Amino acid sequence: MEDNQTLDSFSEKTEKSDKPEKKTKSSDAKAHELAKSQREISIAEFFEKNRHLLGFDNKRKALLTTIKEAVDNSLDACEEADVLPEISVEITEMGTDRYKVVIEDNGPGIIKSQIPKIFAKLLYGSKFHKLKMQRGQQGIGISAAVMYGQLTTGKPAKILSKIHPDEPAHYYELKINTQKNDPEIIAESTKEWHKENGTRIELELEASYMKGNQSVDEYIKETAIINPHVTLIYQPPKGDQIMLVRVTDKKPKLASEIKPHPYGVELGMLIKMMQVTTAKTIKQFLMQDFSRIGDKTAEEILENSSILSNTKLKDINRDLAEKLIDGIRKTKIMMPPTDCIVPIGAELLEKGLKKEVNAEFYTSVSRSPDVYRGNPFLIEASLAYGGDIPKEGSLNLMRFANRVPLLYQQGACAVTEGIMQTNWKQYGLQQSGSNMPQGPVVLVVHIASVWVPFTSEAKEAIAHYPEIIKEIKLAVQEIGRNLSKYLNKKRKVGDELKKRSYIEIYIPHIADALKEILKYSDSDKLDVEKKLEKLLEKTRGKIEDMKFDPTKNEDYDEDLAKIGKDNYYSDEDSDKEDEDD
Amino acid sequence: MTKALDKITNTAKGIYQDIKAGRKAELEAPVRSLNNVFYNEKDGFFELKGLNKKRTLTANTVKTFAQTLRVMALSKNLVETDDIATKREAYYVSKNWGEARFKEQMESDSVMDDIEAMFGVNREQLGFIADEHGGSVAGELIVIDKDPNTGKDIRIDCTQFGSGSYSIPSDVENLKFETKAKFILAIETNGMFERLNKHTYWKKANCILVSMGGVPTRACRRFIRKLSDDAKQDVYVFTDGDPYGYLNIYRTLKVGSGNAAHINEYFCVPKAKFMGITPDDIDDYKLPTHPLKEVDIKRIKDGLKNDPFIQAYKSWQDALNNLMKKGKRAEQQALAKHGLNFVVSDYLPEKLKKRETWLE
Repeated sequence: MEDNQTLDSFSEKTEKSDKPEKKTKSSDAKAHELAKSQREISIAEFFEKNRHLLGFDNKRKALLTTIKEAVDNSLDACEEADVLPEISVEITEMGTDRYKVVIEDNGPGIIKSQIPKIFAKLLYGSKFHKLKMQRGQQGIGISAAVMYGQLTTGKPAKILSKIHPDEPAHYYELKINTQKNDPEIIAESTKEWHKENGTRIELELEASYMKGNQSVDEYIKETAIINPHVTLIYQPPKGDQIMLVRVTDKKPKLASEIKPHPYGVELGMLIKMMQVTTAKTIKQFLMQDFSRIGDKTAEEILENSSILSNTKLKDINRDLAEKLIDGIRKTKIMMPPTDCIVPIGAELLEKGLKKEVNAEFYTSVSRSPDVYRGNPFLIEASLAYGGDIPKEGSLNLMRFANRVPLLYQQGACAVTEGIMQTNWKQYGLQQSGSNMPQGPVVLVVHIASVWVPFTSEAKEAIAHYPEIIKEIKLAVQEIGRNLSKYLNKKRKVGDELKKRSYIEIYIPHIADALKEILKYSDSDKLDVEKKLEKLLEKTRGKIEDMKFDPTKNEDYDEDLAKIGKDNYYSDEDSDKEDEDD
Repeated sequence: MTKALDKITNTAKGIYQDIKAGRKAELEAPVRSLNNVFYNEKDGFFELKGLNKKRTLTANTVKTFAQTLRVMALSKNLVETDDIATKREAYYVSKNWGEARFKEQMESDSVMDDIEAMFGVNREQLGFIADEHGGSVAGELIVIDKDPNTGKDIRIDCTQFGSGSYSIPSDVENLKFETKAKFILAIETNGMFERLNKHTYWKKANCILVSMGGVPTRACRRFIRKLSDDAKQDVYVFTDGDPYGYLNIYRTLKVGSGNAAHINEYFCVPKAKFMGITPDDIDDYKLPTHPLKEVDIKRIKDGLKNDPFIQAYKSWQDALNNLMKKGKRAEQQALAKHGLNFVVSDYLPEKLKKRETWLE
């Protein structure tokens, strides 16, 4: 799992320090000298040096990541408190490459004692040990944003939070002590706040604001599309405020938390879990801390691991833990429950797409849940074809994970892989080799999971698990079949219309020529035309009107569709900007 | 004339009645290709096998139907006013027909050929004539034509054109002939015709010279046929010694073409004989040659394989194989190697005597 990877790469760095000592045993002096330069580095220091891992590799992306992390947290908090979210985002230009962002929500607020840790300590959070479908996972994001702001401007984060209408709001100015990975409180007070409850964060950071595909504007828009129950009030640094009002008061069903499934657990995680559990024996531990392990399965696992079921947990050493992992692999265990996943639903997904794109044809599919490495997940997809979508160019892909838009690293994403592995030619689109198909298509793919496997902490691309790619392919194949049905029908209707126009064009000529040869009257000629029409169209039956009607899509929101579209810079320029950074 | 008018009116009436009665109208015409002809050895021409294509009026055929009827109406108009239109002119007339107009002359030509085949009349009877003229005539012949204005007979003496010649009109049906000549010499190239005319070869040999100018037009074929029938003349053919001369020019003159097989009966000259230049002439007269081109070789193979006329004559198969073996071809003008007048003084007189060197 991703969290393990992070920790592994982190601990590897510290472990490396041991190696020179071992190698140079003969020269003690040198070893001691080296040892002096070795010291523990904090996770905060590590990320300070590797900010790209968290999505702060350039100024443009830093702005997006900061806003994204704050909005994700707000949405999670609101949903957990069963509140219809209303979130405002404000960006103010403070100087060259210097911006202030303020994100405010109507969530439950944060109790006073937790505020410093949540915003100024990396890997602190409620979500890391949970397997639950939600936006945030690691408890890194918002504190990383605070750290980035502090590093680039020296300014602290300003937090205001209120948990009850009768209580005052708590105000903090916070920095991170990067060596200790601990909050540093710069200022602290209580304030009056007009809100009944909620949280407001203000950050200043080095950033650059641009429109286009990977902009904050695009993120805000896509967030509104995929979260129809959310109201977003967005003030970009230039131009008017944008209000994206919720289109439904129906909150998504609250996702339930599940315990880890044994198939998804690796040794490091297992040992960690044994350290924090309240269980006394190994059997209790299995039954209490995992999903899908009952008395019988627990016995079976322990038998397969050659461990006695009443073995005390404190007696389980590393070797026994490894045996236990082995035993789990050998035991047939029921797949995890999948009702913990809350899909958006094909219908709502399509409605969201209709807001953004005025197309002639839409189709959607919501797959049933599947499991990768013990984690349940589910793929949904929706496609728009033709209409106002430009005919030239590649398929336009919008990716979402747990209702969060993914704007970067499209090429590295399992979704992209699944689409490219699909043969779109058979569905009526052009495609050269295993590339993105060409044509007037916008495709939305959503993955929902208790744990979305991202390729990095920046949460930009989904890792290539075969089970996930397979499900993505099945989803887009189903969508492709629907598309091809539509295109075939359209072609047939087109041919038919052409034939009918043929009839209309040439019937008068037949009547004219016959009249010229046979010299009959004009009224007779009209009769011939009428009879011919009847004769030729009799066999053809009624046809459906498949012409694109731009007014047919009542969900289409022109103002919303425009957001993020007007590029100030071409993509080339923005790439260059990225390199310069 | 009236046959064409009757056919047009009756066909139109049939279609009209079908439409009125709510039936699907049909047009039926013979398939126009070599597949649909056989060589009638007794009468000596290509005859239709009887494959017909039937077109029912549907959305798919409505355009062709409209165009066919339009051309029929035009034809009726031409015949009634005793007017004519060249194929090219007819194509331009169609430009008045809006969406039913022809995009290429090929299309209008094809519709014309279909109507012709459908009615079993020839194009000239429909009022449509070829774009190019029908060939040149010189020699002991008086053609009796009518003055276009007065309708009185005109006698045209084909010995009186000096270095020029009489031009075959597009419609030869009403011409009459007077002649004391012994035979007609049909010549492939105008160049050779001019040479023979200049030396008044027609006087020396007592014959009528006809220049075909390549593949003979229908008018030219019909003219030679009518002249040979009416005035009981033999027809000798003199072309280049190459596959084009044999298969395209001679064969078409003698037995007709696959494309217009429906009118072959009257547009061929079954009694025509091939005088030269034969493959053997190339050796016998030591003629300068050119190598056979790829298209020549293809033509020979095609003729041997698909041409019902060649298949009927072993002598022609041998000739073609002989030419193929030589890999060479010789033009009429190659005779000039032995002197410009060699063709008049030696070649033609000798060939006329040696009938055994001719081909069927």
